[in-house]
Amino acid sequence: MGQVMSQAVLQAKLWYAQRISAMILGICVSIHLIIIFYAIRGGLTAEEILGRTQGNIAFAIFYEIFVLACFVHAPIGLANILEETFSKGFISKALSSILAILILILGTTAVIGVYTGGAL
Amino acid sequence: MSSRPKLDLRAKTHLSYFAYACHRFSGLLLACFVPLHFLMLSQSLRGASEFERYLGLTDFWVFKFGEWALVILLAIHLVGGIRLIMIEFGPWRGLRKAWTQVAVLFGIACGLLFLYLAN
Repeated sequence: MGQVMSQAVLQAKLWYAQRISAMILGICVSIHLIIIFYAIRGGLTAEEILGRTQGNIAFAIFYEIFVLACFVHAPIGLANILEETFSKGFISKALSSILAILILILGTTAVIGVYTGGAL
Repeated sequence: MSSRPKLDLRAKTHLSYFAYACHRFSGLLLACFVPLHFLMLSQSLRGASEFERYLGLTDFWVFKFGEWALVILLAIHLVGGIRLIMIEFGPWRGLRKAWTQVAVLFGIACGLLFLYLAN
């Protein structure tokens, strides 16, 4: 009984975390789409990207918030799909944990990269 | 064992099932893409010229098509996600079919805008 209850509490917490991160992502993705449409005019170049982002702390903070919201949102979604399609257990936990780590580390590295432009 | 309930054809032809399938499909592909996107952007740590060289590696039609498709999927996932939040947190007004239609139209609009601006 206790284990079933704690599983239910965990599911409720994960559901809530995914919805709260979704609300943050809703704002971030809307802004990101506008930036995409602005940025792709005439093709993307490294200089253009870094010209916008290098030394721009507002961009860095915005994109780090975006990365953190992805870090919460995507692994929960992946785990849900894997659990419903296959089973609850090692594979869904392992793959969603790997996705979470990749998003957090690579995402933060990317934010630091475009903020510093390699001039660390 | 799968914990997904077995659905009959009537349930699967419902517009909400279409919305669910779109949200799953787009979410799964976006989750696969995001780490690769970050990996590419983190190459900027090597400096502008190296970053440019890495960006050049994606100069193939497959990647161009992928970028275009991902923008559409992102747009669909955004509006589909707003629909879910409206259902779960907003006042109960059914399954918000209009939002499903908006998701499809917004996806098409973003796809066309991408093609218009990229060329």
